[in-house]
Amino acid sequence: MAQPDATHPPENVVQMRKIVKRFPGVLANDHVDFELRRGEIHALLGENGAGKSTLMNILAGLYRPDSGSILVEGRPVNFATPRDAIRAGIGMIHQHFMLVPSQTVTENILLGLEEPRFRLQLARYDQRVAELGERFGMKVDPRARVWQLSVGEQQRVEILKMLYRGAEILIMDEPTAVLAPTEVEELFSILRAMTREGKSIIFISHKLHEVMAISDRITVLRRGRVTASNLNTHEVTRAELARLMVGREVIFSLDKKPVTPGEVVLKVEDLWAENDKGLPALRGVNLTVRQGEIVGLAGVAGNGQRELAEVITGLRKATRGRVFVSGEDITNRPVRQGIRRGVSHIPEDRTHVGSAPNLSVTDNVIMKNYNQPPISRGWILNAVAANGYAERLKKEYDIIVPTLQTPVRMLSGGNLQRVILAREISSQPTLMIAMQPTRGLDVGAIEGVHRLLLAQRENGAAILLISEELEELIDLSDRVVVIYEGKIMGEVSDGNVEEIGMMMTGIPQDAIRAGEADHDR
Amino acid sequence: MTDNLPARRNLLSRIPFQVILEPRLEEPPRWYPWFITILAVVIALLIGAVILALAGGNPWATYAHIGRAAFGNLGVLSDTMVKAIPLMIVGLACSLAFRMRIWNIGAEGQFFMGAFGASAVVLTPMLPADAPSWLFIPCMLIAGMLCGAIWGFIPGFLKAKFNVNEIISTLMMNYIAISWNNYWIFAVWTEGGFQMSRVFPRNAWLPRLTDFAAEVPLFRGLTTHFGLVLALVAAVIVWLILYRSQWGYEIRLVGDNPRAAHYAGISIGRNIVYVMMLSGALAGMAGMSEISGVVHRLQGAISPGYGFTGIIVAWLAKLNPLAVIPVSILFGALILAGREIQPSGIPKMMNGIILVCLIASDFLLRYRISITRRMEEE
Amino acid sequence: MDLLIVLQAGVATGTILLFATIGEIFAERSGVMNLGVEGMMLLGAMSAFSIAIRTGNPWLGLLVAMLAAGLISQIHAFIAITLQADQVVSGLSLNFLAVGLSLVLGEGLSKAGTITLIPSVTLPLLSQIPILGPVFFTNQKLIVYFGYLLIPLAWYYIYHTRPGLHLRAVGEFPAAADSLGVNVYRLRYFYVFVGGVLAGLAGATISLAISPGWFSELTTAGQGWIAIGLVIFAQWDPLRAAFGSYIFGALRRLVLDIQGPMMLFGFPNPFYYNPYWGFFLEMLPYAFTIIVLVIGSREAIRKRLGAPTALGIPYIRGERGL
Repeated sequence: MAQPDATHPPENVVQMRKIVKRFPGVLANDHVDFELRRGEIHALLGENGAGKSTLMNILAGLYRPDSGSILVEGRPVNFATPRDAIRAGIGMIHQHFMLVPSQTVTENILLGLEEPRFRLQLARYDQRVAELGERFGMKVDPRARVWQLSVGEQQRVEILKMLYRGAEILIMDEPTAVLAPTEVEELFSILRAMTREGKSIIFISHKLHEVMAISDRITVLRRGRVTASNLNTHEVTRAELARLMVGREVIFSLDKKPVTPGEVVLKVEDLWAENDKGLPALRGVNLTVRQGEIVGLAGVAGNGQRELAEVITGLRKATRGRVFVSGEDITNRPVRQGIRRGVSHIPEDRTHVGSAPNLSVTDNVIMKNYNQPPISRGWILNAVAANGYAERLKKEYDIIVPTLQTPVRMLSGGNLQRVILAREISSQPTLMIAMQPTRGLDVGAIEGVHRLLLAQRENGAAILLISEELEELIDLSDRVVVIYEGKIMGEVSDGNVEEIGMMMTGIPQDAIRAGEADHDR
Repeated sequence: MTDNLPARRNLLSRIPFQVILEPRLEEPPRWYPWFITILAVVIALLIGAVILALAGGNPWATYAHIGRAAFGNLGVLSDTMVKAIPLMIVGLACSLAFRMRIWNIGAEGQFFMGAFGASAVVLTPMLPADAPSWLFIPCMLIAGMLCGAIWGFIPGFLKAKFNVNEIISTLMMNYIAISWNNYWIFAVWTEGGFQMSRVFPRNAWLPRLTDFAAEVPLFRGLTTHFGLVLALVAAVIVWLILYRSQWGYEIRLVGDNPRAAHYAGISIGRNIVYVMMLSGALAGMAGMSEISGVVHRLQGAISPGYGFTGIIVAWLAKLNPLAVIPVSILFGALILAGREIQPSGIPKMMNGIILVCLIASDFLLRYRISITRRMEEE
Repeated sequence: MDLLIVLQAGVATGTILLFATIGEIFAERSGVMNLGVEGMMLLGAMSAFSIAIRTGNPWLGLLVAMLAAGLISQIHAFIAITLQADQVVSGLSLNFLAVGLSLVLGEGLSKAGTITLIPSVTLPLLSQIPILGPVFFTNQKLIVYFGYLLIPLAWYYIYHTRPGLHLRAVGEFPAAADSLGVNVYRLRYFYVFVGGVLAGLAGATISLAISPGWFSELTTAGQGWIAIGLVIFAQWDPLRAAFGSYIFGALRRLVLDIQGPMMLFGFPNPFYYNPYWGFFLEMLPYAFTIIVLVIGSREAIRKRLGAPTALGIPYIRGERGL
């Protein structure tokens, strides 16, 4: 193998030329060029579905391009598997961590390696992993099982996994999506420590402020094409980037009419519940939501948001505390009781919870009212009435399907979300629990969802909006409540991002305000 | 290292064609699944022919024989129907449970319990031997279905309450049912030490076509019995339940995505128990119909594996209750003709081959396969 | 009735279940449930017996049985792994196919003549240990000793070796293993094969050692299904599998042996005087399987552990997560 010239190392460690990748029905990458310099942090910016992850999955050997070429250290490469990419020094850290929860940190790191040959001898490797972590300022217990670790720690395991394999180029797919603001800072300092050692980093993101904060150069993708490449970060503005990313001027304002909140609809008192592993996920939550009010629940993923939504809707048992809807105690009552009281629920997981993939559009939209007239009379399900109802929703909510008998697994993400929204909104809910309603949607679809939520607010529904997008929460909500490790840290109604951010890392509001008072004195 | 990659690729690229698999993005036309199903059966028959030929038999003679022995004249056609009746009812039982993704492999045991329940009415005796037909038959039907339902309830309850794997539990219940039946045949209801009970009185028999030979001479000797009517009615009822009732909607929703069903406020545990009970009751009904319509006594050998063949029937019918009927007739033919085929394991093996081909063929419903000429530049 | 002899025979009978259960543990650990164990065992029993008769060499029979069952398991592997079909239905169909094939090929085998069986061995020193010696190490078939070796080997392999690490990863989170270059498909095929080979060995153990002969479907009599149940009870752990297998073996023997003597522990033996009660005894292993399943499932719920996370889910590259 030819050695790269030591005196003149090639400027670009990675060059991707005219990459084309088609998926059935989508052109994910359309002649995309990309380059990465040694020791830089290069941001790959774009909306959801712009083709960023696809491009990087190609570089990481997970997908093969339909055409185009890749040069690493100046030599053409052709990765058939991720293992080939790792051998060439390229490691990718995916948005969903690729860690085996039941195995230890060291076991996860050793997975797929040729050494140890047969016997594991974990103790010896625990030592090596710990040493490697210290070198880059990452503290992780090598013997801990992955499911016991926090999200931030798991991310560090992922990084260690790649460093252990001698990765020189690290691809990070939306690494901050799951982190609290302070954890983001820690991650950034780890990334900087790595570039100081000569590693190069590709930072995939759709969050402008983070890209501005961490990257040296930026490449922007839109709908599978490069709209700007190799911009120097200090030479561009946020607004320019936003336009490049979305393709038009972005209006950061919503038409939010003033609504006077009415009576209390949802009242949660000292609520406790466990997560799937049997560990406490909610630890004494108190919360109220009134008519005509959107209450945003902010927090880093995995701090009890999902459990809270599930306990309110009856999907999960509370171990202590009470949930009232319109004054009626529905704690640990069957799901159906909540549905009857007008609780609607847009679940986080659209395909695994919110829909039945092989059933028709009609069967999916009647999921919540199949047992009520006119769709049902007695035992009998009126197929004509059900289809008529589905036809009406299809028109009202612009659901694009060939026929109402099409199984919903054939629908795109945005269309599927519209089916779910149509179902949950058309029931005229008194209380709506909306969890990550815009995740994975493109800008147009996001605006549509926002408008529907605001319309419900004007209709007098009480809405609990759970999201990890702080901007979305602040724009839509009348109040933002912050949750951390199953406890409510405080409440903000003036959109004070800084305060929300601090609460998301576990500092209670009282402490923050007391601290400020100290400063003033 | 990456250097050896081109060599590997060269080897592959010598083949001038490449096979491309793409997930289907649209529903295939309505006829397509049935076309694939028929194709799978044809391929299965061809594979079976090869194995038969290898085993030294003449496959075409065998198949022709099956056709003649099953459909050759009115008499054998009637015998085919007799074999098809239990398959229809058991096929319905399996379709219903499988639709909810509850793998009731225990239809065989539920069939035996149905036979036992029906026999108990006659042999205990719960009714006097001279009770009229209109009383005997409904009572036997209810007793048979009840016993089958109990046999379905146990694994259903264990699944709902303790998440006990129903495949294993229903299978174990089969063995228990057969031992249970044997106990009664050998120890209690034995007739003169033989391993069978006495023959039921005529008024406990389901009416047969031949019983009407006086009115319609054509029916003379035809043993097709009233169970056929029961099976057809049951098929329509199961279809109505699945597609035109609230409960059927719940079954389909739980079957496709239990988490979505839970989210929609449907109690999964309760539905598991109900479906297992109805499935068991149907299989029990099949046992009753066989006892009262064909065998007319309780004995050990009442089923050549109807409970298991019903699984294949259900799958071949794509869990559609109405399609179960024609499919059952085909398998009835296979069982009927199979009695004369040597070696005796052949029908069973054919069942296995058909099922394997069917499941493999499902792939064609989800993926499109295209074979293209390999690009020169690759 | 000598309890030690019942236990000794129980260990021998349990060896059948042991092989089948550990085989299925390997397959399920890799994420593939194979419900065809019963059929594969039957095929193993048939081919072992038939080869042993033809060649007079039981070891050759053993080998062919393992190969035959291993090969037929690959039908399930192809349908479940490559064609991504439902593993329950695919496994069931493999079962039908293997049972049918065994019956066709085994036609007339039962009338065949005498054969050489796997020999019995008493281990010199170990058989002197009180209780354990007579039960485990006295006059046992050679193949039973294989079982003793398999238990620690399987355990060590799964938890303390590199291939074992990969096996667990492929069953828990195939996408993670794939992203690090572990070939998920190849490993799954391989461990389904291992499962088949061990099921074939279990079948051969029946027909060449424990209850020699070919009795068509009665040869296995549902033990393949019991093995699948035991996998759940064992929580996919070879040590617990061994425990369960030997207990079940002893139970099966007890059911047979308890009907023999006129007196039982100084009392008239009710099973001797009421021979028909034997039918209820016959039910015991099956009923006990259900009970064991209830215990295993309750424990799984309580401890929140259970099946390998990806068990029964076909792996499709590109669809990340599970």
